[in-house]
Parts: sequence; C-alpha cells; structure tokens
Amino acid sequence: MHSTEHLGPKVIFSFADGRFYISETVVWAIIVSAVMIILALVSTRRMEKIPKGGQIWAELIVGGIYKLVSGVMGPNKARSYFSYVGTLFIFMIICNMLGLFGFRPVTTDLNTTFALSIITFFMIMYASIKSKGIKGHIKHYVEPYPFMIPIKIIEDFSFPVSLAFRLFGNITGGAIVMALSYQGLGFLSQMLIGKIPILGKIPILAYMLPLPLNFFFDMFEPVLQAFIFTMLTMAFIGVNSAPHEDVAEGSKQDQKQIITQ
Amino acid sequence: MTGITPEALVLAFSALGAGLSIGIAAVGIGFGQGMCGMKGVEGVARQPEAKGDILQVMLVGQAVTETTGIFAFIISVVLLFANPFIKVLL
Repeated sequence: MHSTEHLGPKVIFSFADGRFYISETVVWAIIVSAVMIILALVSTRRMEKIPKGGQIWAELIVGGIYKLVSGVMGPNKARSYFSYVGTLFIFMIICNMLGLFGFRPVTTDLNTTFALSIITFFMIMYASIKSKGIKGHIKHYVEPYPFMIPIKIIEDFSFPVSLAFRLFGNITGGAIVMALSYQGLGFLSQMLIGKIPILGKIPILAYMLPLPLNFFFDMFEPVLQAFIFTMLTMAFIGVNSAPHEDVAEGSKQDQKQIITQ
Repeated sequence: MTGITPEALVLAFSALGAGLSIGIAAVGIGFGQGMCGMKGVEGVARQPEAKGDILQVMLVGQAVTETTGIFAFIISVVLLFANPFIKVLL
C-alpha cells in the first residue's frame, strides 16, 4: 500500500451495480492459497525415506510447527489441531509479508482478519463441545455461579473481536508508516534533485534508507503477529477443551509403564 | 473566530481527537510493555537457560498489552480517513 489517498483496498471488478465486488485483498488471498497448495503438492510428490530437495524444507517447516504446537497443547491435542494451526500460521506469515514485494498485505482488510478469527472462534467451540459434550459445554457457562452467564458470553465473543482487531491494526499501522515514509522520502528527493530534467523524477532517497523500516514492518512484525495469533488460538483451544482428561490419561499411561516395567 | 465554517471546525477537532486518542493510549502501552520487558530481562538474567520460553511468553504478553492501543489506533484511523461526523453535518 504505497499511497495514502484511500485507506480501503482497491476494487478489482464489481458486478450488480457495484454492490458486490472483489477487492485486491481477496485476489491476493486466493493467489497465496494457490501458491501454498502448489508448493505443498510439489514438495511432497515423491516422498522418500531419505528426503531430498523440497521434501527437506517441507519436513523442516512441518516438524518445527508440530514441535511448537505440541509444546503448548500437549501431544494428544496437538495431533488433532496441529493441521489447522499450522495452516493458519503459514498463511498469515505469507499474507502479512506481501508488503515486502510492494503489494497490499491481505490482512490490511478487516474482512480477512474477521474471517480468520471467526474460524478460530468456531474451532474453540468445536474443541469445547468435543471434549466436554454439549451438556458439559452449556454447563461451563453456569460455573461457578449462574449469575456469571453474561460475563462468560461476553468473554467468548470478545476474544475473536480483539484477535481480529489486533492483527488488522498492527499490519495496517505498519503499512501506513511505510507509505508515509516512502512519500516523505520521495518529496525530499524531489526537493534535492527536482531541477534536473529527466532524472529529477526518480526518488533516489527511497533507495536504501527505508530498509530498517522494511525489516521491522514487513519481516519482523508479520512473523510476530502470525505467531501471536496462533499462540492465542492454541491457548484458548487448550483452555476450553477440558485439561483434566489429558492429565488423567497421562497418569494412566505412566501407571501402565510402571506396571510393565 | 469569524470565518470558520462548521466543516472546518469538525475536521480540526477530529484531527485533534485522533492525535489525542493514540497519544494518550500510547503512554499506558509503553508503560505496560516496558514492565513486560523488564520482567523478561530479570527472568533471563536469573535463569539464562529458560531464555526461549521467557521470550515466547513475554512477546505474547506484550501483544495482549498492545490491544487497547490498537483499538485507539483504529479510532484515530476512522477519524482521519472515514470521518463519521462530516457525513452527519452534510
């Protein structure tokens, strides 16, 4: 987003008198998804016991994310929720980093971040119902006291809202700062060499100077925000699916091991 | 105070409000994130082998601290780019 003229994403094409439209960010989200699917297919086409080529990278990424997820949620839950969390993580990193290539990051659209956080909200509900049953899920609203029902419901619904606004605000703030800095450097170089006939139009000051800003807002912040989104998702899934069962299973396994030993 | 149109007045106070919104919120966030970082440094100094875990928890805590500031930022962006008061006036 290298302009501050309008804040919203550009509309690429519209139909039904402009009431329905497909914007820049939707197109980029589809392209990113397609690239991710193609990379996954290409890198795992010929699976071998001793990996080489793309398979090494795929195994590195998947193994690293699996280690992270199982460290937070425990190995039992990690096996069922790892695929969702890992996909979310990689998709968000690529989406946030589009600013590095001069395009508008997908997550500077509030619709995208709300879509992601609503999926996470339903995932949390699913995890809660799956582990406690529907009765247990409804019962946890009236625990410990029945008059806390409104607070519990507000807590449930404020989580996806704050998640979506956090991602949107951070990435949009970074994009606005980048756009302002590019504009300012262009203006300064116009003042510096604007008198020269043909070369005067080139913003020479924007050549190397914005690199630290690029590094922070297009490389560090995207990874950090994607990491935080997935960490909070994992934490809430872990909290909402009953932790007692895992502990009980673990202790049973320990007992079995002790018996077999 | 002559010659000031109502639109100009609304725009001026919107710009002032946008600046104050993010500015006052940033004070609290700076303090909170500083506290997070301080405790993180203390933890690493006391127990250098737990550096990875402490960094992870510290970053998540700072991100949660940041949320109020992000809300303030969105309010100022709305005031600057999609001002709702001008539409009421016109």
